[in-house]
Parts: sequence; C-alpha cells; structure tokens
Amino acid sequence: MAVMSYIQAVTSALKDEMERDDSVFVLGEDVGKKGGVFKATEGLYDQFGESRVMDTPLTESAIAGVGIGAAMYGKRPVAEMQFADFIMPAVNQIISEASRIRYRSNNDWNCPMVIRAPYGGGVHGALYHSQSVEAVFANQPGLKIVMPSTPHDVKGLLKAAIRDDDPVLFFEHKRAYRLIKGEVPEDDYELPIGKADVKKEGDDITVITYGLGVHFALEAAEKLEEDGISSHILDLRTVYPLDQESIIEAAKKTGKVLLVTEDNKEGSIMSEVSAIISENCLFDLDSPVQRLAGPDVPSMPYAPTMEKYFMLNPDKLENAMRELAEF
Amino acid sequence: MSQVENRHSDMGLSDEQVLEMYRTMLLARKIDERMWLLNRAGKIPFVISCQGQEAAQIGASYALNLDKDYVAPYYRDLGVVLAFGMTTREVFLAAFAKADDPNSGGRQMPGHFGQKKNRILTGSSPVTTQLPHAVGVALAAKMDGENIASLVTLGEGSSNQGDFHEGLNFAGVHKLPVITMVENNKYAISVPLERQISSESVADRGVAYGMPGYQVDGNDPLEVYRVVKDAHDRALNGEGPTLIEAMTERLTAHSSDDNDKAYRTEEELEEMKQKDSLISFSQYLRDVGVLTEEKEQALNKEIDDEINEATEAAENAPYAEPEDALKYVYAEKGGE
Repeated sequence: MAVMSYIQAVTSALKDEMERDDSVFVLGEDVGKKGGVFKATEGLYDQFGESRVMDTPLTESAIAGVGIGAAMYGKRPVAEMQFADFIMPAVNQIISEASRIRYRSNNDWNCPMVIRAPYGGGVHGALYHSQSVEAVFANQPGLKIVMPSTPHDVKGLLKAAIRDDDPVLFFEHKRAYRLIKGEVPEDDYELPIGKADVKKEGDDITVITYGLGVHFALEAAEKLEEDGISSHILDLRTVYPLDQESIIEAAKKTGKVLLVTEDNKEGSIMSEVSAIISENCLFDLDSPVQRLAGPDVPSMPYAPTMEKYFMLNPDKLENAMRELAEF
Repeated sequence: MSQVENRHSDMGLSDEQVLEMYRTMLLARKIDERMWLLNRAGKIPFVISCQGQEAAQIGASYALNLDKDYVAPYYRDLGVVLAFGMTTREVFLAAFAKADDPNSGGRQMPGHFGQKKNRILTGSSPVTTQLPHAVGVALAAKMDGENIASLVTLGEGSSNQGDFHEGLNFAGVHKLPVITMVENNKYAISVPLERQISSESVADRGVAYGMPGYQVDGNDPLEVYRVVKDAHDRALNGEGPTLIEAMTERLTAHSSDDNDKAYRTEEELEEMKQKDSLISFSQYLRDVGVLTEEKEQALNKEIDDEINEATEAAENAPYAEPEDALKYVYAEKGGE
C-alpha cells in the first residue's frame, strides 16, 4: 500500500488506464503541457504525447460534444471540465446527448465517456469556483454520477468509470485534492459504481453523506464517541443512481438519520435520499430525518465570514449529530 | 438533339452512378410525399420533410466513401440516410414508430436518424449538437490513423448555435477531416434568412475557423458533388475541414404541424417550385441521353412498388411492448 493524496489517486488512475487501454485519452483545457490547473494530469503529456493528452480550445460544449463523438466511434475519452462551475455550457451535450444516446438509439449506439470536474468549496473560490452541481444532473437516467471521498475510492471508482460502457460524471472535491491522504493498493482494482460504502459502523445515529462531508462526519464522530455516542457513517460514493438498499439498511440500523451535503438544501441529492427513507423506513425511525446542507442562496460568497457561514465543517456536523442523538 | 454538355463524366461519374443518384433523389421525394399522405390520413402523427433539399443531400453523400465515412445528419436528411444504406422499409418503420425501426425502435420522432451499421450517428431534437460529434469521430479516426472523413449536415438556422462555432473552431485548430454542409433553405421555421444571420453568407464563417467556405447551388447535385468531393480529398489528404453552404429550397412547411402560408407568399412558393432539382436533374439526364421516357416510367413504377410494399409492411409491423420503455437506459447485464 502506498499513501497518496486524493489528487494523486486521480492521476494514478488515469495513468494506469491509459497504459492498459490505447482507446483511453484525456481532453480539456490546460490538461496537456501544464498538467491541469490542479495538476490532475501531471506527467501524462510527457508519457502519452499530445494526441492522447489534448489541450482543447476554451469550449466546454465542444469538449463534451467532441468527446461524445469520439466515444461513439469507439474511444474512451476522459474529458476534464476545469471547474464544475464551468460545466453549464456543456449541459445540453451531457443531458440531451450523452445521457440519451443508448436509450434513444434502442441500444444501437453507446457513449463510454467520463467527464471529470473539481467541485466544492472552502477554498476561497466564491460563487463560481465553489459550487456543487450534482443536483443539476441527478434526475437524468442514462448518466451516472460518482463523488468519491478517499484516495482509495477515487482510484477504484475512476478506473470503473473509465471502463464503464455509459457516460459517467466524476466530481472530485477540490479541497480534498491535497487535504485528504490515504492508503491506496498497488494492484489493479476497481470499485463498483452504484454502491455506497459504510465508512464507520455505529449504533446510535446514522450519517449519510458524500465527498468532503464524509471526513467531517468521521472527525465529528470521534468527538461524540468520547461522550458515548456511536455514529454509523454511510458514504454514498455514487449519488446517481442511488444505492437504495444501502441507504435503507443504514437508516434502519439506528433509526436516527442525518443527511449531509455541501450543496444548497432544497432539491439536493439529500432530498431524494430523504424520500427513499420515508418511503421505506417509516416504522424504523425514532426521529424525523434531519438535513444539514448549505443555505438556499445561489452559491458560496468570497468573504471568509460568509464563506464559513455557508460551508460545512466538523463543528457543524458535530452539533447536528449531537442534537439528533439527544432527540 | 440537345447541345447540353455532359458534366458528370468530367467529374469521374459514370452514367450508372448519376442514374443511381437520381433514383435516390426520386426515392427520397416519393417517400416524403407518401409520409404527408399518411399524416393527413391520420396514420402517422408527424412528418418533417426533405423536399427541395434532395439534390444537396444526394450530391454530398455520393461524394463520400459510403462504406467507410461517418455521417451526423439532421432531421431533413432522408436523402442522406438512404444514400448511406437505410432501406425504404426501415424509414417507414420509423414513421410508424414500430419496434423494428433501426433508428430508435420507435422511441424517437421520425427524422431522428441513427444506424450504427451504416455509420449514421444517432441524433436528437436540439439542433447542432451533432456537429461536435462529427468532429469527435474525425478526431478519433485520425488518432487511429484511419483515413476517413465525417460529414455533418444542418440547417442555416442552426449555424447560429454555439455548437456550430465551438465545433468548427475545434476542427479547424486540430485540422480534422470533417465536412460541414449547411443546407440553407432560407427559413428557420418562419424566420427568414435576413433575420438569422448578418454576414453575407454562412460560408463566410469558415474563414473565422481556418477553413475554406464555399457556397454552392444546392439544387444542382453535380455541383454539390464536385464541391464535396474536393472537400473529401482535402480531408483525406490531411488538409483539414471544409465548410459548405448549399443553397436549397424548402418546398413544404417546416413540418406537418406548421402552416407556411402564414409567412410565405404564393408567388414565393411558385418560384421555388421552378427550381425543383427533381425536374432539372431529370431534364439534364435526358439531355445527355442517360435517361429516357421509358426508363423514367420504369423507375417511377419500381419506386412506387417499393414504397407501397414498405408502407404496408411497416403499418402491419408490431409496436414495442409497453414495458420495453424501460430497456437500455444503461448497458444491460449479461451482454447488450
């Protein structure tokens, strides 16, 4: 096992898959010589050359659309959107095209493409370098949305995404890139898309979250443990389509559920998770389902006071978890 | 004896080839006319026409390698998909939304083409999204060292969409073997050309993306053939993309749900009919001695029979099962 940062796991998965399969190539803005603005593609240009690590013009819709065309031809493109916030011009290509190609052609064509994008706040990124955009895409059958929390999950899930025969949106928490480190197996491994993962077993309360929220929940759980409160933590890992079975199981386990997302509250992934729990767990619940999320304002402001007010942190989680335990 | 000059021989087209081009144009026109009858008889809910654009569609298609090249057509391109190998029966299966429709198994409206075995990329209703797809195919083929080209077609209204500009720029920067043909029928539903673009022509836009732009008479299949053939040669020689604007007519309303009398005059419609490529190309073929009255009659009979047979077969073919609506959202386990 090697210890890697979250972003090193991204690079490592890309490198492995490009070595394994000639049809895999990377395209996006600044991904070539520069190795990406976050350095996610560092070293790939030197190893694989400019045709497989392709700097594109500043055109998100074409990055997605050209990738779709190449995928239909038989390639496995991995497109990078420099920030998830900038994916909006490509929404038509992603939703109207990529997600529907298999369905609309009655299984004649398919689109094995990955779109990677850094998302998330807490990096002084203000409105347009902090957003969580997953809810925009999370009611589009045909798409899969993966949002890993650890380097181990990043590597196994990115490999699975590249090998998947359908389009996958792969959102990487940009604050996790260098903050989160962890052990990553040396051997080739794949993790299943569509499966949530229990990150900590516990008996008193259940926290369901994803991305950076997982680490905040683990940190808060440690503190609560000192007071004898045991937390069960489920990492969704894939936010669309959701792993209903694992959600129901985790909710039933303790009967007290806190759902945590960094996104705005209304219409978030957690709204759907809450609906799944209410449809399936009525008689197993000991308290109303709670949600901890960003406020319903357009996005995260720049000033540190307001950014902190919007953003999740371990203290906010600890308070919400304690309240739920005491219910 | 007419003094009309034989133009097709100089282009390397045999008499058989031009006759086949004419046959495909006539087939497209007659299929389209049948669709309108079926629609007005209440048998199919929707028609969107190729009428008036057959010469551009067939002239362009026959300039390609129909066994290797890819095409990303738009909704009027019945002529293109017929040239690429879709059969009359398959076209009618789509019109009747039957299970065996190769485009979509009855999931999409007619005119939303796609057929992998004939390298026809699957299309949608939002316009111009197919242009970057054709660029992606050309990019992928170039990466593999495959010496092929892709053709993408669209209307002139679509040339105002962002994907037109993003896609052409991408193709220009990377010198990709893409041929973009805008079928300019001068209307985006009801909005006339002068309310759509302010440049002299759509072809002029090519220069901004580092590629030649040519305007061509889209009612002349041989002229379209010549220009697209030239673009194809450039593509295969590694000289990059070409933008072509074929000037066509839209002889029908936008679709079966539109009434173009609300925004076009009778005179205008009459004038367009005078330019009908089916008439002028038939005349040319007679003038150069390739087509005769008898041959034309036989051809019409043959096509009518083909269409009658296809209509009947499609009408009697089964629909998909209701629950088939749930299939193929993702790759299905145990193979596709």
